[in-house]
Amino acid sequence: MKKPFKINIEQSILDDLKNRIADTRWTDEIQNSKWEYGTNRSWLKELCDYWQTSFNWRKQEEYLNLFKNYKATIDGVELHFIHQKGEGNISVPLLLTHGWPDSFVRFLKIIPMLTKADENGFSFDVIIPSIPGQGFSEIPKESGMNVKRIAKLFTSLMTEELGYEKFVAHGGDLGTGITEQIALYHAESLLGIHLTDVPYHHILTIPPDKLNDTEKKYLDDITKWQMTEGAYNMIQSTKPQTLAYGLNDSPVGLAAWIVEKFHTWSDCHGDIESCFTKDELLTNITIYWATQTINSSFRHYHEAMKDMMQTMYNPLKKLNPFDKTGTKTEVPTAIAEFQIDLLPSKDFSNKFFNVQQWTKMPKGGHFAAMEQPELLAEDIRRFVIELESVKLKTQQLALA
Amino acid sequence: MKKPFKINIEQPVLDDLRKRILATRWTDAMDENDWQYGISLSYMKELATYWANDFDWRKTEDAINTYPNFITEIDGYKIHYLHIKSKTPDATPLIISHGWPGSFLEMLKVIPLLTNNEVLSFDLVIPSLLGFGFSDKSGKEGINSTVMADLWVKLMNELGYEKFIAQGGDLGAIISTRIALKYPDSLIGLHLNYIPFNYKPYMLADQKLTKEETDEQKKTYKFFMTEGAYALIQGTKPMTLSYGLNDSPVGLCTWILQIFKSFSNPKKDLEELFNKNGLLSLVTLFWVTHSIRSSMSFYSDPKEKLLSFGKDDFIKVPVGIARYPYPDSFPARKYIERGYNVQHWKDMPSGGHFAAMEQPDLFAEDIREFAMKLNYLSEYGINSKPKKILNQLT
Repeated sequence: MKKPFKINIEQSILDDLKNRIADTRWTDEIQNSKWEYGTNRSWLKELCDYWQTSFNWRKQEEYLNLFKNYKATIDGVELHFIHQKGEGNISVPLLLTHGWPDSFVRFLKIIPMLTKADENGFSFDVIIPSIPGQGFSEIPKESGMNVKRIAKLFTSLMTEELGYEKFVAHGGDLGTGITEQIALYHAESLLGIHLTDVPYHHILTIPPDKLNDTEKKYLDDITKWQMTEGAYNMIQSTKPQTLAYGLNDSPVGLAAWIVEKFHTWSDCHGDIESCFTKDELLTNITIYWATQTINSSFRHYHEAMKDMMQTMYNPLKKLNPFDKTGTKTEVPTAIAEFQIDLLPSKDFSNKFFNVQQWTKMPKGGHFAAMEQPELLAEDIRRFVIELESVKLKTQQLALA
Repeated sequence: MKKPFKINIEQPVLDDLRKRILATRWTDAMDENDWQYGISLSYMKELATYWANDFDWRKTEDAINTYPNFITEIDGYKIHYLHIKSKTPDATPLIISHGWPGSFLEMLKVIPLLTNNEVLSFDLVIPSLLGFGFSDKSGKEGINSTVMADLWVKLMNELGYEKFIAQGGDLGAIISTRIALKYPDSLIGLHLNYIPFNYKPYMLADQKLTKEETDEQKKTYKFFMTEGAYALIQGTKPMTLSYGLNDSPVGLCTWILQIFKSFSNPKKDLEELFNKNGLLSLVTLFWVTHSIRSSMSFYSDPKEKLLSFGKDDFIKVPVGIARYPYPDSFPARKYIERGYNVQHWKDMPSGGHFAAMEQPDLFAEDIREFAMKLNYLSEYGINSKPKKILNQLT
């Protein structure tokens, strides 16, 4: 039973946050460095000054509460989600799954673009859950909250709780992994899936001598990326608790950790504010701070590592008829390739997805829904309208 | 140039530290006593309570100030070091380089063991690496093991030691190896309790590693994958990491203790191996000197090159290796011997990466044994001629 939910952070948490920012014991820096060693100090100082003195959380909260927020308990896990109904005569349910280090706010800008009816009266019912352990969903009390389990929760949310028989699922980052699991294990509930990246672990499950040149190049790029940009992943998956102590205690530490990804993964050409406003960045960071979820968000990486070790080193897993890891989904798939993210070729992606649409985007990065909401919304709409099952339904409704 | 130095941290810094520990905004854990995700929450809470209420930094200061501390300036860098002369005259000079996340404090227990022994003791020099403790933290790029090697040789020369033994583990092993490569004539011997992770011997195209060597490499790789992420993040995004660590005492403490946990006997509780005061002294030193960021610069410096040995890079000075059982990955002897003239090898019965703190007696005894072997070697004319040790023994 879903219940309306209003976001309302206690004032004492906000006051304490400001005090802590003001009391920050700033580190020194590597002289003349910009962002090559991580988050730049002068920009971070500017951001945190703004956080302390000008950022108005209540105003942001008001904005978040403009959307229909709910909470519902699914399979014992309390989920927070936005459920915004479409304005058209025909509205296709669309599940949007965020990633890390963003949150449900990743999708706010595209909500109105998707709920608006087009000239044929076509729109989307948009459902945006917070991943358990992130934002306002419950923090899991035990291990095992992996992409497969989250996929099951989100499918139940869409079907049992909200009563949709079939839906479209979109995801980016961790949301891609979850969406893929929905396709693998709950295909009967899906009309199609739309992704902004392809999980890179697929390339690691194939013996290197079986890769063609394009795939080898992709593997090289991924390996290089892991060594230069992937340390966050490695530390978050192996020692999440150790890292979380400081980040849950220091707002500036938390901001630095999160904002670096928005700088590196967006199509901002070194100028982060060309892609995001300070308010946007700080709303996301404040959610992590106020809900104290940086540690639980890291645990998804620990779960992912466990999953990957299983796939790579456990031959028995492949013999398990109930395990679909690494198999291809037949659910119609669209992939939007934005800049910055490393994606494999369409041919390679076709080994795991039934790719029916591949769009190479002229601009925008990893956080496409925030950076280029129009391009993304348009791409989703184009894909869904063309789905046979949707066409059929549209025709039936038109006749009726 | 050198000036005597006494450590005396201002009281407000310590008061502020205590205040911050008590104000910690604790993160959660699914199981407070679990260690598989990192430092256990229940353990850290207990330690933090002790840190705020019972730990006495002034006692650590007293212990440090028992020994002669100095600050000198070399090549424009401020360098802090301890210099403890042996009670016996003409003792062999020995420089011990600490690593990360250690400091000169790691060596406090071995000072008397190495300088007071009547049969064989040393003139001991224990400097703080650049970026650590009371040495320079300029924030300049270009702080790396080669620069450190240059500085240590100059420091030893300034103290009147033309030839000496260099000892090191962790970063200290890299620095000591660089000394051996660049200044072979300055060394009587080289003693390592760790082999630099970036060491690669010179090999001809048709030379192949033995199975034993590749097996050990695989073990090291596996260890790196589960315990080595700290090195990768420090090497690539040290700034991002530093903000939280310099602002949160508990964050700093867990980051450092994790290395002690990972690199020691995994079957034992931390405090079976190290005492609270020893661990907290190390962490407090990082805190009061604001040096976590600068201590990590060795990992990220663009000029910190691989220790890839070229054709002529074989280390000819006699080398002693102490292989402690933890962590359980260590290059095969054969692999080390491709680049080092190993004259002394000891499989230690117990101890880990922080051997000087954990097993001070074993640590000191092994260095002494190595020095005696050097004496034997010199007597029979192999390699170098550490006459001083010979004189000392007779």
